[in-house]
Amino acid sequence: MNFKLKDIGPQLMTVLAVVLVFGFFTYNAQVNMESRGIDFGYGFLSQESSFDVQFSLIEYDGSHSYFRAYLVGLLNTILVSVIGIILATILGVIVGIARLSPNYLINKFAAFYVEFFRNIPLLLQIFFWYFAALRALPLPQDAEAMFGISFLTIKGLYVPAFIWQNFNVFFYSVVAAIIAIIIIRIHAKKLQETKGKQTPVLLISIGLIFILPLLSFLIGGVRLSFEVPVLKQLATTSFIYEGGVSLPPELIALALSLSLYTATFIAECVRAGIQGVGKGQKEAAASIGLTPNQVLKLVVMPQALRIIIPPTTNQYLNLTKNSSLAAAIAYPDLVLVFAGTALMQTGKAIEIVSITMFTYLSLSISISILMNWYNRKIAIQEK
Amino acid sequence: MFKYLKQLTSLVAMVAVLFTFTTETMAAKKSKTLKNTQKKGFVRCGVSQGLPGFSNADAAGNWTGVDVDVCRAVAAAVLGDANKVKFTPLSAKERFTALTSGEIDILSRNTTWTLSRDADIGLTFVGVNFYDGQGFMVRKSSGITSTSQFKNGISACTNIGTTTELNMRDFFNSRGISYEPVAFEKADEVVAAYDAGRCDTYTTDKSGLAAQRTKMKNPDEHIVLPETISKEPLGPVVRQGDSVWEDIVRWSLNTMIEAEEYGITSANADSMKTSDNPQIKRLVGAEGEMGAAFGLDNEWNLRIIKQVGNYGESYKRNIADTGILPDRGPNELWTKGGILYVPPSR
Repeated sequence: MNFKLKDIGPQLMTVLAVVLVFGFFTYNAQVNMESRGIDFGYGFLSQESSFDVQFSLIEYDGSHSYFRAYLVGLLNTILVSVIGIILATILGVIVGIARLSPNYLINKFAAFYVEFFRNIPLLLQIFFWYFAALRALPLPQDAEAMFGISFLTIKGLYVPAFIWQNFNVFFYSVVAAIIAIIIIRIHAKKLQETKGKQTPVLLISIGLIFILPLLSFLIGGVRLSFEVPVLKQLATTSFIYEGGVSLPPELIALALSLSLYTATFIAECVRAGIQGVGKGQKEAAASIGLTPNQVLKLVVMPQALRIIIPPTTNQYLNLTKNSSLAAAIAYPDLVLVFAGTALMQTGKAIEIVSITMFTYLSLSISISILMNWYNRKIAIQEK
Repeated sequence: MFKYLKQLTSLVAMVAVLFTFTTETMAAKKSKTLKNTQKKGFVRCGVSQGLPGFSNADAAGNWTGVDVDVCRAVAAAVLGDANKVKFTPLSAKERFTALTSGEIDILSRNTTWTLSRDADIGLTFVGVNFYDGQGFMVRKSSGITSTSQFKNGISACTNIGTTTELNMRDFFNSRGISYEPVAFEKADEVVAAYDAGRCDTYTTDKSGLAAQRTKMKNPDEHIVLPETISKEPLGPVVRQGDSVWEDIVRWSLNTMIEAEEYGITSANADSMKTSDNPQIKRLVGAEGEMGAAFGLDNEWNLRIIKQVGNYGESYKRNIADTGILPDRGPNELWTKGGILYVPPSR
């Protein structure tokens, strides 16, 4: 009896202490909010928000609810995170491999990039890309056309919009191409395992992804036209482009600075991963007659990925959380729209901050789950 | 079994102490805020992050402005020294939380008095120290001279968390103009983005436009359009629930305005003690017991006038002489064609 209590006692007390501390904070918040005449509740979420947002992926204006404003902010956060993660990964992998290049210039340039960008605070970089780089951009009326159809101006990047006819035919052709590629890959793997025969899977895949959609144009009746942005005069010296798609400079600056910053860390993860694979592995692979490409693809990368993925997951999480610095440059993300404007207009600080915290937590956990799933997939399969 | 009794008792004791501590501070006292302020020796005042004329710090960290003077007046009244103020610069987003959470005791930060803020958030507005309205600033070169020339697609820079965002929507919606709102957290960034050409127009309270114009690279290139699209009565705010403190702040402001009405200035306040007018004598503490109701001495209002000056002096020093808004407009006394009108001190 006494022996058991010795085991459980400290743990019980810890739980009790945690419960008491949380209980105390909740009680304290309740009492203080009551004494200051602040009521608690989530009813405001269905009220009309009555403020507009600059940039939204879903239909939204001030006549929608606060909940809709929350979704607008959340989607904008996800958008900039996804763009940032993709760009950071591409850049990070390139720079990481470049750091191992025997070419002195490439090697040193990559090292300089990593050391420069990861040692400057992210907020400063965001300000630099937004305010310093933005000032250097031309006004809409002075902008030079890029390829004759796109315009990079101080008010944003204007690109042509696609106007599709029979878009569903095109879409199905892409889906069909992807399915065909997956089947061919499985088949090629079987062929390799049973007969030892190699199939040029990559070439076939590239061919399929181009040919099938192309066929949809030729015989499927798919037509694609462009709506090119056109300059419109608002006042004597005030212009804007109409038509096409406009990407706000806030989004561009934020995605750029997030990916340039995070790419430095990913580059180091990639370098560490590749260097972490034993030299003997490469030599052994080469000695059984694998080509350098096969060595990289079949021996080095599968082992390097196991080292690369876990720390890279952290970088993806950091990027997503860092996107909340958007508020500094008016990109309407979750923090600016919901924990900023909506909080101010409703005064529901505790409710909104807790929702925002919970949302970031959920986003991070989703990324973790996804990356852990991938990590398990590439981990050593114990047999 | 009783081995852990000692630890348990100390834990319970600790929690009990914490609870008694909160219930003790929770108990209603006659102006807890006044008591705390006098104990600390300074007034905790929330101001803007830099709005010339209203609350702005110079290179040495000295705050000036009409909003700052309200806090100084309260400090003169309750502590006897207008300099005993600790200023906390706050963004529009932070300001109410800072006040309701008890980080500051007065919010004097060009804040618009609206029903929902007064009723919902746990705040009490004590008065108006500046009658303002929202306007638009544009580049002179744009050729725009009136808001009626605004066209679809116009981009407007502004601050988040302000009534400005809501008025802007009402304004553009009622005229059927589609617009791009670009909302920043800090005023300095709004100015920088507008100045760079990111936006066609910059919208906020007209006093704010006039003040921020002085910060532009080339102020003469910008004009404030004549239209006013909203009512923006700006004034100091206190936490709900301390009515004595609320009264102190309200009557500190009222004293400044009424002193101007009766011609009492920082220079002549002492000599006014011998005035024949009982109203003037009450304002300089020479008649009646005007401080007793707040728990203050009788010369609290005299100190405000002597150390901070009357409203007219404050306006002239901070807003007129700095070239922000030389014309007082509605912020003139009711006796001189304005709408400044405060209840009598008696």
